[in-house]
Amino acid sequence: MRPKTISEKIFESKAGRECRAGDVVECEVDYVMVNDVTGPLAFRAFEETGMEPVREKIVLIPDHFVPAKDVDSAQQAKEMREFAKRHGIPHYYEVGRSGVCHQVMIDDGFVAPGRLIVGADSHTCTYGGLNAFGTGIGSTEAAYVFATGRLWFRVPESIEIVLRGKLRENVSGKDLILRIVGDLGMDGATYKALEFSGPGVASIPMPDRFSMSNMAIEAGGKAGLFPYDPVAKRFAEAVSRGEYEGVNADPGAEYVRTLEYDLSKIVPMVAVPPRPDGALEASKCDVAIDQAYLGSCTNGRIEDMRIAAGIVKGKRVAPGVRMIVVPASVDVHRKMAAEGLIEVFLDAGAFVSGPTCGACLGGHMGILSDGEVAVSSTNRNFIGRMGHPGSKVYLASPATVATSALAGRIRAPEGFE
Amino acid sequence: MKGRVWKFGDDVDTDQILPAERLVSENIDRLHDFLFEKVRPGMASEVAKGDIIVAGRNFGCGSSREHAPRAIIDAGISCVVAESYSRIFYRNSINLGLRVLVASADVGDGETVEIDLDGGKIISASGTYDFPPPGEFEKSMIESGGLMGRLKR
Ligand code: SF4
Repeated sequence: MRPKTISEKIFESKAGRECRAGDVVECEVDYVMVNDVTGPLAFRAFEETGMEPVREKIVLIPDHFVPAKDVDSAQQAKEMREFAKRHGIPHYYEVGRSGVCHQVMIDDGFVAPGRLIVGADSHTCTYGGLNAFGTGIGSTEAAYVFATGRLWFRVPESIEIVLRGKLRENVSGKDLILRIVGDLGMDGATYKALEFSGPGVASIPMPDRFSMSNMAIEAGGKAGLFPYDPVAKRFAEAVSRGEYEGVNADPGAEYVRTLEYDLSKIVPMVAVPPRPDGALEASKCDVAIDQAYLGSCTNGRIEDMRIAAGIVKGKRVAPGVRMIVVPASVDVHRKMAAEGLIEVFLDAGAFVSGPTCGACLGGHMGILSDGEVAVSSTNRNFIGRMGHPGSKVYLASPATVATSALAGRIRAPEGFE
Repeated sequence: MKGRVWKFGDDVDTDQILPAERLVSENIDRLHDFLFEKVRPGMASEVAKGDIIVAGRNFGCGSSREHAPRAIIDAGISCVVAESYSRIFYRNSINLGLRVLVASADVGDGETVEIDLDGGKIISASGTYDFPPPGEFEKSMIESGGLMGRLKR
């Protein structure tokens, strides 16, 4: 048999027939997730069919504009709550038991190796960190999955990213993916999947894998897949619900392109606005900031909070600078409280909120005004992404965000100044 | 098909097409009012039925928001011509029945161009540009009125 990529193998097992890159297949998906922005459109489209929903596969997670920031978003959240009630959807996440949709999907075990998961949110590719083919879809497609449990896909070609060596201290998966997106460009992986491989993968911990897969879409990627190795296996055993089967690429599988990275050479990076592929070494970026934002599905995990808290502990955020800390889920929030991290941030003069998408998409809790500059652990820095079109967002790792918050200017973490 | 061209560059992202803060249910029926409001204020009120968007590479990158192609459709834009598209935007457009043509057309803003769908040609004063005619799958999607149309059939 022809050697295959992870993507080809996952689609093959879901479609129940041989698959190769380029084929269009319709197949069963394991879960479909929508949030409070994309949900209402899907509900409308679904209600028009008059069909019964495939209940167990649907996950409803309000996160973008909740707790409701105004009357409009309250209406939207209500539509989701009522849809869940009307159709008896078991997986609905109310404010206070929820968080950023992708982190909740991981925390609550929906994500597992070898699964095919679609979400009406572009960062659904995050799940590739745990060897699941997660990909973003639109609302109408979500409605189609509500009704059928199935969807059409074009099996993607793959780009192989071979990793060797080990990341240095204070360098994270975020720095690596900013480098990779910079090299690929914003459309370098369009319609394609990234597959991370090589001996360096073993040293990359799960949270960093999720950050990296999360930003595959910033290069246009359909998915960003890590192999099923002992690190993934341990994580899945602790967290994933139900049955699953990990998938690895066959030796000799075909890739349209191969990039190689020596992890020991990666340094802290930023993405210069307005492009996520605007890769620049953080030490070469000396820019005054108004806000430092730590949170989102890219870097709002407990490990990110620990890193940032370790840096600000016993110090003060620079005068005139706001540091805003937003855990990605209630799970993260709870751990922050238990570990005393909330106090560390409060003592440093940072603002800490509960879990939400917050200002990541310019929603609420930290919108920028004209001319303001932020350093942010999020994934996008397009024009107006976090507020006024005249504001600027530099993407960076949690360590760089925390170091910059103290300095009042963008600063690489210790060892890289 | 004939229409006025609204010209854009490379990497037009969904935040430019429709800003995130407009994504509330209240606005679902008037998304077109906010089309490109941050980067081309006034366009929403000037755009006429049948107009055409012509852009460069990677049109529609960024979020998965279907509101973006929907706003374009509701504004009366008959089709988008771009050198390439982001994956989700392309999918959403096909699923909603918006024509997305892949071509590199060197036409100016405000020009009127004619599109010969079957012949795969964009005809302007400055020249003619080819695009690959849609494949079987896309054709059947557009014909059934998008993805949900298929379900109802
Ligand atoms: S945290 Fe930001 S990128 Fe992630 S789902 Fe929310 S808005 Fe999107």
